[in-house]
Amino acid sequence: MGANDLSSVGQSVRRKEDKRFLTGAGQFTDDVNAHNQTWAYFLRSPHAHAKIRGIDTTKAKSAPGVVAVFTGGDLTGVNGLPCGWLITGTDGQPMKEPPHPVLAQGKVRYVGDGVALVIAETLAQAKDAAEQIEVDYEVLAPVVDPVAALKSGAPLIHDGAPGNKCYTWALGDKAAVDAAFAKAAHVTKLDIVNNRLIPNAIEPRAAVASFNRADDSYTLYVTSQNPHVERLLMTAFVLGLPETKVRVIAPDVGGGFGSKIYLYPEETALVWASKQVNRPIKWTADRSEAFLSDAHGRDHVTHAELALDKDGKFLGMRVQTTAAMGAYLSTFASCIPTILYATLLAGQYTTPVIHCEVTAVFTNTAPVDAYRGAGRPEATYVVERLVHAAAVEMGIAQDEIRRRNFIRSFPYQTPVALTYDTGGYDACLDEAMKLADVKGFPSRKSESAKRGKLRGIGYASYIEACGIAPSNIGGALGARAGLYEVGQVRVNPTGGVTVFTGSHSHGQGHETTFAQVVASRLGIPIDNVEVVHGDTGRIPFGMGTYGSRSLAVGGTAIVKALDKIVAKGKKIAAHLLEAAEADVEFKDGKFTVAGTDRSKAFGEVALAAYVPHNYPLYKLEPGLDETAFYDPTNFTFPAGTHICEVEIDPDTGDVQILNFSACDDFGNIINPMIVEGQVHGGLAQGIGQALLEACVYDKESGQLLTGSLMDYALPRAHHVPSFKVATKVTPCTHNPLGAKGCGEAGAIGAPAALMNAVHDALAGAGVTYLDMPATPQRVWTAIQTAKH
Amino acid sequence: MYAFEYQRAKSVADASSALAKTGGKALAGGQSLVGAMKLRLANPGTVVDLSGIPDLKGIKKNGSGDNAAIVIGALTTHAEVASSPVVRQAIPALAELAEGIGDRQVRNRGTIGGSIANNDPAADYPAAVLALGATVQTNKRKIAADDFFKGMYETALAADEIITSVSFPIPKKAAYVKFPQPASRFALVGVLVADTRGGIRVAVTGAAAHVHRATAIENALAKSFTADAAKAVKISSDHLNSDLHGSAEYRAHLVSVLASRAVAAAR
Repeated sequence: MGANDLSSVGQSVRRKEDKRFLTGAGQFTDDVNAHNQTWAYFLRSPHAHAKIRGIDTTKAKSAPGVVAVFTGGDLTGVNGLPCGWLITGTDGQPMKEPPHPVLAQGKVRYVGDGVALVIAETLAQAKDAAEQIEVDYEVLAPVVDPVAALKSGAPLIHDGAPGNKCYTWALGDKAAVDAAFAKAAHVTKLDIVNNRLIPNAIEPRAAVASFNRADDSYTLYVTSQNPHVERLLMTAFVLGLPETKVRVIAPDVGGGFGSKIYLYPEETALVWASKQVNRPIKWTADRSEAFLSDAHGRDHVTHAELALDKDGKFLGMRVQTTAAMGAYLSTFASCIPTILYATLLAGQYTTPVIHCEVTAVFTNTAPVDAYRGAGRPEATYVVERLVHAAAVEMGIAQDEIRRRNFIRSFPYQTPVALTYDTGGYDACLDEAMKLADVKGFPSRKSESAKRGKLRGIGYASYIEACGIAPSNIGGALGARAGLYEVGQVRVNPTGGVTVFTGSHSHGQGHETTFAQVVASRLGIPIDNVEVVHGDTGRIPFGMGTYGSRSLAVGGTAIVKALDKIVAKGKKIAAHLLEAAEADVEFKDGKFTVAGTDRSKAFGEVALAAYVPHNYPLYKLEPGLDETAFYDPTNFTFPAGTHICEVEIDPDTGDVQILNFSACDDFGNIINPMIVEGQVHGGLAQGIGQALLEACVYDKESGQLLTGSLMDYALPRAHHVPSFKVATKVTPCTHNPLGAKGCGEAGAIGAPAALMNAVHDALAGAGVTYLDMPATPQRVWTAIQTAKH
Repeated sequence: MYAFEYQRAKSVADASSALAKTGGKALAGGQSLVGAMKLRLANPGTVVDLSGIPDLKGIKKNGSGDNAAIVIGALTTHAEVASSPVVRQAIPALAELAEGIGDRQVRNRGTIGGSIANNDPAADYPAAVLALGATVQTNKRKIAADDFFKGMYETALAADEIITSVSFPIPKKAAYVKFPQPASRFALVGVLVADTRGGIRVAVTGAAAHVHRATAIENALAKSFTADAAKAVKISSDHLNSDLHGSAEYRAHLVSVLASRAVAAAR
């Protein structure tokens, strides 16, 4: 890259970060080793639900190499982990927030719940010692299914949450919905399970915590998507430490998908213990631990109904969802099936009235929280399965029923609280149908039939809401944190620019995308821009990366800081050029006196700011370093249509994806290659949910049956076809980049498109309903059941 | 992993006596044992590494005509079997089976002797050994395939008995068809159909506690070696595995379907 990419926005600039990743020079948390470091191992509960009558750590403490053993009783003065979003129920009461201890206090509530922390000179010694800990459990009956957990007589998981209920919450006008259904010509009803998923980032969670007795400070390296949030929650709510004494560094992070947003018990325990043992402590989860203890995703059971008039126009929707929270409330668990789910049920359609009631329930499982899409895939799945089924029942073509109901006038106020600023749904549907060669489908279907195979095609026209905001509305809805982002632009004396962002890249390519934005705006080569993220010691503040917010919110914060840089630069240039500030323009890296050829290059202005020999010192501070906090006025609303074509082998139930076409509107695009990569990854994860992935706990014992990659099926290369992707652009109206976000779209649209295709294929075999994942056994069984 | 003693055997006799003395485990390619040790699911105390023993590797053709057989040394890797021109020419089904085991790493480390000595209920090689009527040669004796696989992870091998080679009589034609378990990619069900000098033999892996012969399909194919004949056989689901990935009924159905596909593919 060089000076020839001054306008690199919109170009597929190769990722700056890939050199270190592809040459093995990345620095991940597990690459961090502190001098005099010890190793941690967490003894976890083998039971889903049990009282702890006693723990004997005597033998473990005297085992070879052991530095310390801690159990819940040792953590005096340490609070439980907080939940970041307060949901108020339909009864006007706050949600139930039972304690979430860092290590179990008297009871364990899921298989994998932390019982003891063993710190030793080596990991093997810590593991050996953990086997010497004697825990006296009184095993209780568990409940792992969210619907079963609400039934009377179900085992009680928390004393403070009667009936295992966290809250019942509702959105929408119930009476209006009832009235709409009363006049409907047709009602489509579905019972839907949205399968529980285990995130499986390629890098498992890890932490290295150190205490410095010289100044009573702590340093934590951790696999986090948002180190400032991690620090805030840990210091202010759990450990009672001043933020000034804790530095949290999230270095290179190998994927998160939401699972690394949260404050987890492990790193909290490590920070606390690092002072107790006065030595650095390292912990890296193995894959088995990740399966047990990472926050899982989805796990909804839903009844949904769509009312239509005789022409297939949507009149109203009613949705009742039971959402599993798991054993404890993870950091943002409560807002996923509410704020990020019910609000999306309008989809791309003009459905005038919608009512959604959500009951959140505790179960004896790992906590559930945001996972790529977080609420929005669940909402899209409900809407698009309903639309598909309604079209089939009413004999309307799949594209036609969507067109009859698309929103075409913006801004659009939905009946579920959101205001879509812009969109162009027909264009994405048209383009996706072209990519998918829908016209040729009938002949492809008959060709499959000749080979004894069932071919089907399915659509999903999804919407998502990204960059959750603004903070004051979030606060009114229960958010306990801000929803802004921070960007700092430091122009160095010789013109190089360091950008400090509160966003965090763990695969998204921010170091390139953000550099493109900065390079283009300042008219400087992209190589002169360095993006710094993931360190509370270097970055003013930040909310981190989740919900496809980084460019729309984090990128805009950088743009706002750039605006300040340019404004100050104009003042400096005006002085140097002996012109009025109002006459100075900034373009292509030059400050120019309007209408003249008198100009100063960006670098000259930067130098003047730091070597202020010829400088208006009497009215302007030296230096060129600006920070902006950006709080958006609205969500952004990426949308698109995905079309999937499958072929099913009725003899085995095997589903092959033959074609997958996606046309998405992400607003303005900075780096098309990175966007396409995000779409591909999202689609693969969506395909995983629809075809392969299912977290299963044994109903009787509460054991995790899919506790390894031997039983939990992730998508592989052969499961995904060569995607056909395209984009359409309606720029976001309320951020200067016109950007909407692209990180989750694939995972949001793909499951519904794929399952609609599976249903289309199976219609000929008499199968009317199938839940995800469409595994061979499940498909074959459905075909057999339909036969008899 | 628990701490363990490591012994590198110089000969089969050396290995056998080390196993007898220590009660430890023989290490071939380590693709099952080492994984289990890393998870602390196996704690063998002593591991006797066979990889330094000469003459346990290699593929050759013995005999001719009806007595022709492919003899494969116990430490021959899956990748070596898969890429062997000798195997490809004589028993393509065996080469293709080896090519479909695990992933590239497993195929480059895992060995035929290790696989059949382990007798994983969903492993591929046991189906080949049984359906092709192979003979397992150990440091003590020859064991016919029909006598070798005894139960889940159980074989006829004594604690200090070491497989040295496996001899596969060359069939008239054969094919192996596997339907992978979606997560592990082991055989949810795998069926090897062989038209051998001794008659039709059909072996099924993945479906039950251990590899077994599907005699109902063998009888049907003896009358008519056609895909339809195999598919028409209704397999009983009694004694078949039932788990997350496949009920006993589903597995029973797959046995017939895969057998029919193997008949169609046999060469």
